[in-house]
Amino acid sequence: MARMKFLCDADRCIECNACVTACKNEHEVPWGINRRRVVTINDGKPGERSVSMACMHCTDAPCQAVCPVDAFYTTADGVVLHSKDICIGCGYCFYACPFGAPQYPRIGNFGSRGKMDKCTYCAGGPEPDGSMAEYEKYGANRLAEGKLPLCAEMCSTRSLLAGDGEIIAQIYKERVIKRGYGSGAWGWKTAYRETITS
Amino acid sequence: MTAPEAKFRIIVGALALLWVAVSSYPVAAQQPTSVNPTKSAVNEQQLLQQLQRIQGRGSIPDTKSYTIEQPAGRDWRHFHEVILRWIGAIAILGVLGLLVIFYLLRGMVRIESGRSGQTILRFNAAERFVHWMTATCFIILALSGLNITFGKPLLLPLMSPEAFTAWSEWAKYAHNYLSFPFTLGVILIFFMWIAGNIPNRVDIEWFRRGGGMIGHNHPPAYRFNGGQKLIYWIVVLGGSAIAVSGYLLMFPFYGTDIQTMQNAEMAHGVIAMLFIAAMLGHIYIGTIGMEGAFEAMGEGTIDINWAKEHHELWLEHDARARSNQLRTQPAETPGE
Repeated sequence: MARMKFLCDADRCIECNACVTACKNEHEVPWGINRRRVVTINDGKPGERSVSMACMHCTDAPCQAVCPVDAFYTTADGVVLHSKDICIGCGYCFYACPFGAPQYPRIGNFGSRGKMDKCTYCAGGPEPDGSMAEYEKYGANRLAEGKLPLCAEMCSTRSLLAGDGEIIAQIYKERVIKRGYGSGAWGWKTAYRETITS
Repeated sequence: MTAPEAKFRIIVGALALLWVAVSSYPVAAQQPTSVNPTKSAVNEQQLLQQLQRIQGRGSIPDTKSYTIEQPAGRDWRHFHEVILRWIGAIAILGVLGLLVIFYLLRGMVRIESGRSGQTILRFNAAERFVHWMTATCFIILALSGLNITFGKPLLLPLMSPEAFTAWSEWAKYAHNYLSFPFTLGVILIFFMWIAGNIPNRVDIEWFRRGGGMIGHNHPPAYRFNGGQKLIYWIVVLGGSAIAVSGYLLMFPFYGTDIQTMQNAEMAHGVIAMLFIAAMLGHIYIGTIGMEGAFEAMGEGTIDINWAKEHHELWLEHDARARSNQLRTQPAETPGE
């Protein structure tokens, strides 16, 4: 089985936000929720870098560990998913998540956040693959159709990579060797306890 | 030197300079290997070492999303899943264990001179209402809070995930909304009983003699003895701390960032565990631990002999005057 991961090559990201738009459209993500976002570090200064960030589908995911009702599960592909039928909207996964991935439909006063929503790696939820119930709660299930997440597929500069961790790490390594520099696989050490060095 | 000759030399010199300038320029331009495009680029490891989290500028209104990496979440997870459970288990089971041992060794603290049959008002209806409002809220808050920490390992295996979610969701709403009467109760308790709870010299003597719990000599006390004053301040200070940290959690990200939210949760959890442990002691001594104690908060009246043994100074100074007053006003019935 493949171990699915995301890798954002920040030296290629041009902050076009196509990944954000593609995600919102593909899954009909409600207003106010962003499963993926692009953040620019040192904006306007020399050496600024933009990083597209969503759920990294961590190894030994912190959200899964802290969830008081055990709403999360990790698929055989290493994708971290959750059940909106089980979630109580306590907000703890947001405190534990190193990447700010969990989103809530409401602001959350008096514990009324609503069911948590996050990147599913385009892999839906616990409902049957491709069912309407799954689509309404979690969006499209592209992985079940043999397709990779749309954000990465859409990326015009091929900055955002999705797929088997070993393969995308190899692609990134070759890029770094060829161009002679690389600012690193952002978040990999925190999410997967590994770094890509060439 | 003639004028044309000088002109010629200037032109030659200028051309020579131009040649030097033009020929040297492409040399620099043809060396891209000497230019490092990532020389000033931000570095993830460096940023994390400097700031513990990586923030930037985003293009959506949600400013929380501008933090793209906060490995501190892993530490918070360790606290919540490991440290808090140990603190809770040791504090609560420890106190329970001590109470069981104490009960087995000492048994119920009896009214040594027996009941006199005469009663005296100790807590009026308003005081009892505030006590029980706070106490009821506390028990529900404690159970619904413990569910967040211990529910997954202890309760979830006993029921279906859907049933556990339904219960946890109700528990969460109860926890959030009952915080208001609880906080009100803590504030009222603070004002209502502050007069009798200023620590004084009598308390030192009371603690020195172990509060009369061990052995059979009851140290004298005013309306509240040293142990009750301790409970009072635990409720007032612990209750305030738990309310402040709780309201920070209930209004997430209002003037707080992710680190403040994590710290508030940690403070809330630890204080709650210690608070519950302390209240177990309070519940014990107010019920099976001591004969004649529960009725003070139950009916509001206590036996004169109980008052003599436990609150001698109070009985002498305050209660006499008050009971005389009551006797002259038969319309006001204590205990309602």
